[in-house]
Amino acid sequence: MNDQTLTPEERATNLKGMGCARKRVEDVRFTQGKGNYVDDIKLDGMLFGAFVRSPYAHARVVSVNKEAALAVPGVVAVLTAEDLAPLGLHWMPTLAGDKQMVLADGKVLFQGQEVAYVVAEDRYIAADAAELVEVDYEELPVLTDPFEALKSDVVLREDLAGQTEGAHGPRKHHNHIFTWEQGDKDATEAVLGEADVVAEEMVYYHRTHPCPLETCGCVASMDKVTGKLTLYGTFQAPHAIRTVVSLISGLAEHNIRVISPDIGGGFGNKVGAYAGYVCSVVASIVTGQPVKWVENRMENLMATAFARDYWMQGKIAATKEGKITGLWCHTTADHGGFDACADPSKFPAGFMNICTGSYDIPTAYLAVDGVYTNKAPGGVAYRCSFRVTEAAYFIERMIEVLAIKLNMDAAELRRINFIKADQFPYQSALGWEYDSGDYHTAWDKALKAVDYDGLRAEQAQRIEEFKAGKTRKLLGIGLTHFTEIVGAGPVKNCDILGMGMFDSCEIRIHPTGSAIARIGAISQGQGHATTFAQIIASEIGLPADDITLEEGDTDTAPYGLGTYGSRSTPVAGAATAVASRKIRAKAQMIAAYLLEVHDGDLEWDVDRFAVKGAPERFKTMKEIAFAAYNQAIPGLEPGLEAVSYYDPPNMTYPFGAYICVMEIDVDTGEWDVRKFYALDDCGTRINPMIIEGQVHGGVTEALAIAMGQEIAYDEMGNVKTGTLMDFFIPTAWETPNYTTDHTVTPSPHHPIGAKGVGESPNVGGVPAFSNAVHDAFRPFGLVQSHMPHDHWRIWKIANGLGMHG
Amino acid sequence: MIPAGFEYHRPGDIASAIGILQEHGDEARVIAGGHSLIPMMKLRMAEMGHLVDLQAIDELRGVEIGPETVTLGAMVTQHELITHDGLTAAIPLIREAALQIADPQVRYMGTVGGNVANGDPGNDMPGLMQCLNASFELSGPDGNRSVAARDFYEAAYFTAREDEEILTRISIPVPGAGVGQAYEKQKRKIGDYATAAAAVMVGNGTASVAMTNLADTPVWSESASTALAGGNVDACVTAMLDAIEPVEDNRGPVEFKKHVAAVMLRRAIDRAQSRAG
Ligand SMILES: Cc1cc2nc3c(=O)[nH]c(=O)nc-3n(C[C@H](O)[C@H](O)[C@H](O)COP(=O)(O)OP(=O)(O)OC[C@H]3O[C@@H](n4cnc5c(N)ncnc54)[C@H](O)[C@@H]3O)c2cc1C
Repeated sequence: MNDQTLTPEERATNLKGMGCARKRVEDVRFTQGKGNYVDDIKLDGMLFGAFVRSPYAHARVVSVNKEAALAVPGVVAVLTAEDLAPLGLHWMPTLAGDKQMVLADGKVLFQGQEVAYVVAEDRYIAADAAELVEVDYEELPVLTDPFEALKSDVVLREDLAGQTEGAHGPRKHHNHIFTWEQGDKDATEAVLGEADVVAEEMVYYHRTHPCPLETCGCVASMDKVTGKLTLYGTFQAPHAIRTVVSLISGLAEHNIRVISPDIGGGFGNKVGAYAGYVCSVVASIVTGQPVKWVENRMENLMATAFARDYWMQGKIAATKEGKITGLWCHTTADHGGFDACADPSKFPAGFMNICTGSYDIPTAYLAVDGVYTNKAPGGVAYRCSFRVTEAAYFIERMIEVLAIKLNMDAAELRRINFIKADQFPYQSALGWEYDSGDYHTAWDKALKAVDYDGLRAEQAQRIEEFKAGKTRKLLGIGLTHFTEIVGAGPVKNCDILGMGMFDSCEIRIHPTGSAIARIGAISQGQGHATTFAQIIASEIGLPADDITLEEGDTDTAPYGLGTYGSRSTPVAGAATAVASRKIRAKAQMIAAYLLEVHDGDLEWDVDRFAVKGAPERFKTMKEIAFAAYNQAIPGLEPGLEAVSYYDPPNMTYPFGAYICVMEIDVDTGEWDVRKFYALDDCGTRINPMIIEGQVHGGVTEALAIAMGQEIAYDEMGNVKTGTLMDFFIPTAWETPNYTTDHTVTPSPHHPIGAKGVGESPNVGGVPAFSNAVHDAFRPFGLVQSHMPHDHWRIWKIANGLGMHG
Repeated sequence: MIPAGFEYHRPGDIASAIGILQEHGDEARVIAGGHSLIPMMKLRMAEMGHLVDLQAIDELRGVEIGPETVTLGAMVTQHELITHDGLTAAIPLIREAALQIADPQVRYMGTVGGNVANGDPGNDMPGLMQCLNASFELSGPDGNRSVAARDFYEAAYFTAREDEEILTRISIPVPGAGVGQAYEKQKRKIGDYATAAAAVMVGNGTASVAMTNLADTPVWSESASTALAGGNVDACVTAMLDAIEPVEDNRGPVEFKKHVAAVMLRRAIDRAQSRAG
């Protein structure tokens, strides 16, 4: 090891550790079409499953006739609820403590619901046979409006008849699921009663869908000889799926191996358990052959987990000067036919109680009522921590509404209400302890970067020109300062179906000084193999290029709760740092033995232990690794590896300041994003290039959601936006240029100070786009208008304000 | 997203293609670029026992630029319409419109013949061809005939073409020098059909205006064209608004579509006038 000539900085650079914009190691295969996704898996004798789905949103299933389908050559089986009932598998538990039909048991509750499962020798035969299954339906009245549903005599969930107690407390009506309350109702109402100013508004965050590039799917393979079930699937939480499969099926957990191969995006859509998984497992157990099921795009949009659909009634109180004194929110949450939200068990509305946002609001109250309707189940965290995007959108709209009421500049209103840097750790009125933040610094930096005053001057001039008939375009400036809560989470209050939300890392150093690490999370595009190797590289001084990261195979990876809610870096990333430090501690003892000094006489120096005061006497990590395996060291076991299961003491609270500048054509409703500035503070930055990529992708999804993407139903409960013709996914053409920026306020409780970033751009982006639309029309009297802001809805605002003559 | 089974045919000339259509009647359908038909087959909204692929028929290809007339083979792709310099020089409107169809991947496959034969009110080429006063050459068991684009469309997916006929060529009179042309289209995103689109030619005391996706057929309006030829833009717009019959869909309600139709038409007229000699 003759690298004594290199400076410590040069040695650190060579490691490509934390802070390095290292290229993504995954992209070598992805950019060559060499990824290995579920649908790439081909096993001998593999059969294919296809669903027969309900065309009705609410109907009784009178009969299912399989005969014609079974007569098709190559059809192996057609499963219905009747076939699953003897196994107790016609219903399954949901992550939210409810239960859900696997196959229609007497009735259907949403369009696209699974009614029968056809198993055939190839997917063409399966699709043909699915057409031939004859289902006799008797239509029932349809409820698509949650407010109506709470008043209606129509009972959606007859299976719950008479149950006045749900998984989260009392049910007030047969279509009611739960009420969840946080904060101090009486105190908040008192503050509202006494306030100088109260602004009130209904803020609707429409139903949308994560729509990952790869849809959901699985291959179930039961080996009747060994009794082992291997389940490949698009799972964001493979270990949790293994436990759930074991609990549902009764198969012993050691006989189940769950593998998440490459995943083409998840965004929350791939957290839950779907009928397709259960039916494929049953079909494989029954036939003894592997069974593949992959949903198509329309099935994905229609039937697997949606996101949002929150009606948030808000009241915000302030002094005349604009100091906020209280916040009140009542949310009506449309959960669809079954409550299949993916939230930690004690949080039926997720972390919606982060809705006080970045502001020091002394008194607050939040209540959420969950409601059944004839829509698809879900309610997942689409590129956000549990209901955090809803919360951020709510508060960032309420701030704007308050600014209008106070006739104040919305940037200034935010500034005077921010939690101050010296108030952290900050105890929020709705129960959270914010770990760290410096909002004023970020805000000032953002306003300066976009020349906020200049933009306002330009806007004022534009308004004059508009009024003088010289232009038909308005200028909107959309402001957002968001605070997230991610990294679920402390096991003491975060579990899913009783499974604690810790995460894990196991690292093995090989004798020649390279390594393999395995974690309980699973990448769906986040680049774990790149960034987690960087954490290890910095912690133990081996080059990131020499470290393999493996995840997603429950037979080899340590148990963990998976990747969603920006939890990989806060939780699995912490486990990775802690496991690395265990290795370093052992390495120090080995180095001490080799250098014939006391442990305490050594100091860590980038990639080596050196004798204090004698830097020329050292052992590099590579040398230590070799010795760990090949030299008898008294008192030490051979080998160099470590495992950490990390239960975080708190969540992390990333934040950011986003500003959108938008041109709006009042005659057509067309919009054009002229500038989008995104400042993120995610604490310690592991790979700036990956952060930038995450922000670009997340803001693009936010653009889609705010400006057009929705799952819309007609009054019959038909999905109106079931294809990508109508469901908006931006292409390169619609996607604006982004300017990214950052401040760094590390998390004080995280081993490396990192907070997570993947979801920030969605959380901050949606209100920034929506606020830009609102801001453009604010001078003409607009207070609130619902997303998505597609052409006709923007046109409707202009029309309502009398802009079309 | 899996179509029902079908028999695949790949004839080498028009006569054999017609023969196959005759043999199988309404069980058979021709396929050109497939970018309207295949999605319908995958949705199982179109099912046929026999698919007759026109890709191997050379007679259906080629662009001919004459002094009076431009002729497009039915199998000319939308991409070729954009990249053919001679065509752009003769009738710039075609390139301008083709650039607003879908995305490059669709345009590499999608053909002009498929676009006009399809009969989908969302397609851009039918309105364009009506504006240009093109005519469609059809070959069938009883020989050849020509139908004016303005007479071709009967209702959504219903055209003057008989089941056993193939659309072989499109003839377009070259607009005189000094005629300004413009195609204006509002859509929600790339790959979307028009919320409203307008094709306009004006100059030398003549005018022609047609609009897309605002009724169950493309709408060419004689009175709107006459009004514009006489220089009366307002009357042209009023006449066109009388002629269209938009329906509500995810792009918006009728009131919005009518408003946008007027905006698109005015913008197209403005641009066409500014290009007129
Ligand atoms: C994502 C997407 C976006 C799109 N956006 C637009 C758009 O904005 N504007 C637009 O105009 N189009 C759009 N299209 C449609 C596209 O332009 C199609 O290519 C075109 O409509 C049909 O041409 P084709 O060659 O693909 O025909 P095919 O799909 O092969 O055929 C269409 C129909 O025409 C019939 N047919 C085809 N050729 C002949 C012939 N020679 N004689 C008789 N019958 C024939 C077929 O039998 C079939 O019924 C879009 C398509 C997609 C997939």
